[in-house]
Amino acid sequence: MLSLRVPTPTSFHLRRLHPRDIERRDCFISYSPSFVNRGVRLGIRSSSSGVAFTPAEEEETLPEELQPELMPKHVAIIMDGNGRWAKNQGLQPWDGHRAGVEALKEIVELSGKWGIQVLTVFAFSTDNWIRPRIEIDFLFSLFERSLKTEFQKLAKNNVRISIIGDSSKLPKSLLRLINEVEEVTKHNTRLQLIVAVGYSGKYDVLQACRGIAQRVKDGEIDVDEIDERLIEQELETNCTDFPYPDLLIRTSGELRVSNFLLWQLAYTELFFAQELWPDFGRSGYIEALMSFQQRQRRFGGRKS
Amino acid sequence: MAELPGQIRRMGGGISQLLEQICGFSRRCLFQVISMGPIPNHLAFIMDGNRRYAKKCGLEDGSGHKAGFSALMLMLQYCYELGIKYVTIYAFSIDNFRRQPEEVQSLMDLMLEKINSLLEKESIVHQYGIRVYFIGNLALLNDQVRVAAEKVMKATAKNSRVVLLICIAYNSTDEIVQAVKKSCINKSDNIKASGNYKHEDADSDVERKDMENQEERIQLVDIEENMQMSVAPNPDILIRSSGEARLSNFLLWQTGNSQLCSPAALWPEIGLRHLVWAILNFQRSHSYLEKRKKQL
Repeated sequence: MLSLRVPTPTSFHLRRLHPRDIERRDCFISYSPSFVNRGVRLGIRSSSSGVAFTPAEEEETLPEELQPELMPKHVAIIMDGNGRWAKNQGLQPWDGHRAGVEALKEIVELSGKWGIQVLTVFAFSTDNWIRPRIEIDFLFSLFERSLKTEFQKLAKNNVRISIIGDSSKLPKSLLRLINEVEEVTKHNTRLQLIVAVGYSGKYDVLQACRGIAQRVKDGEIDVDEIDERLIEQELETNCTDFPYPDLLIRTSGELRVSNFLLWQLAYTELFFAQELWPDFGRSGYIEALMSFQQRQRRFGGRKS
Repeated sequence: MAELPGQIRRMGGGISQLLEQICGFSRRCLFQVISMGPIPNHLAFIMDGNRRYAKKCGLEDGSGHKAGFSALMLMLQYCYELGIKYVTIYAFSIDNFRRQPEEVQSLMDLMLEKINSLLEKESIVHQYGIRVYFIGNLALLNDQVRVAAEKVMKATAKNSRVVLLICIAYNSTDEIVQAVKKSCINKSDNIKASGNYKHEDADSDVERKDMENQEERIQLVDIEENMQMSVAPNPDILIRSSGEARLSNFLLWQTGNSQLCSPAALWPEIGLRHLVWAILNFQRSHSYLEKRKKQL
């Protein structure tokens, strides 16, 4: 079961002091720009009501291999390989999806603890509609069940949940639950979990285009004013302040993006993990993050 | 005795020619074997690492790009020999305009020189009957480069054996913006033109309104046909040299299902083995993908 044990802190990790930090005093103050507003480190949680010490066993240190100032703000994950994992174990596909949910819980928990601000996961693509009906029904009921059981804990742990994708084909009960969950968690600030269901990158650009076309038709904007910023505002990822993933992880060894977050991946670092999704845990995540931290990002310019 | 150096040189020249012929023959044999499996229709390259190569070899700035151009010519030769019909290369991004003006200018000068050389009789264009497209926001280029590019496109318009798409002053997001603009304009023109047309075969007013709304809404195909890259099918493989694993705003729309390869070699070091490796990987996952495509 998912257990984000740290109750609504403004800073939620105690970091073991590393000798190099003694020289870099600003590490004590801000691991990343977002932490400037978050309060105090060193095992002291500060909230608007005052200061409280967190019990040591409830905190998780950032692994030594990772540098806090180089953590990505937004991580996206294509959770591939549940079916193959089940087949390898001699199980049914739905057992693979169940194991996949457990893996997701662990990654959500770690993301929250390690200071990642947005985690987008690719749960169900528009291409997945071709799967057998029985598998699709199982997937949606699993999603509904997981959301019901975990949503209170996530809400309590200051996690905001957003769902993106074409919701028109989803079961009505799931839609109602999604609306409720989004509404209740919309003011949470620690980690934003974006779940892409019935989503594809092309579909997202298409619906943005339609939105823009309607605004042109209504005379709100002129065709000449259509630019990248306008499209970005209309994409479904406008539910977050950080719509562009810094890192995309795909498990199961497939070397493709499969139409996930097309526009938003323009400058995203890509990491392809060999493990199947249910086997991708803490160590796989650390490896991906380490790889990210070693990358030189130039955005078309030159590193001086 | 005085003839000896000349004789040695001639022998040396003969040996190297022989070696070249042996290499060529072996390569063609290798390609025959590879061709027994599926061959990609369209390969795309992000030619990254030219400057790092120059630094690594202690060459002056600019030599890296020249070496990169030679590597490109070799790769094109291999691709077309193998029967790959479409090759797309990322020559210059809109983001690259942000580099130092001297570097941008030297790149523009190099591109002008190489674009003009494409029209020469001995160039690869004539050797393989290549149709060349320049894809990008050409208005951002200086006049000389743009005019040269348009000249090459016109001169090669009748070629049909193989196609080379050169992305210059290009960004995928810019391409999408232009396609969205055109789609909006086309749709509003169509709506104005259809004016008083009513759906005769609709049974009710609600149905009629639905059908009209459907026609008014932009569809995926509207955006796609307005993309500059619509002259080619989607790439099967995207190869980015120098080990970086990111798309850098290149063909985002078209590479949704492309296999991504990022060999560690810098672009001027790219060679036959990298191409062969990418294609063998492609062949491994091909049958699974074909099955998925049919299902879709």
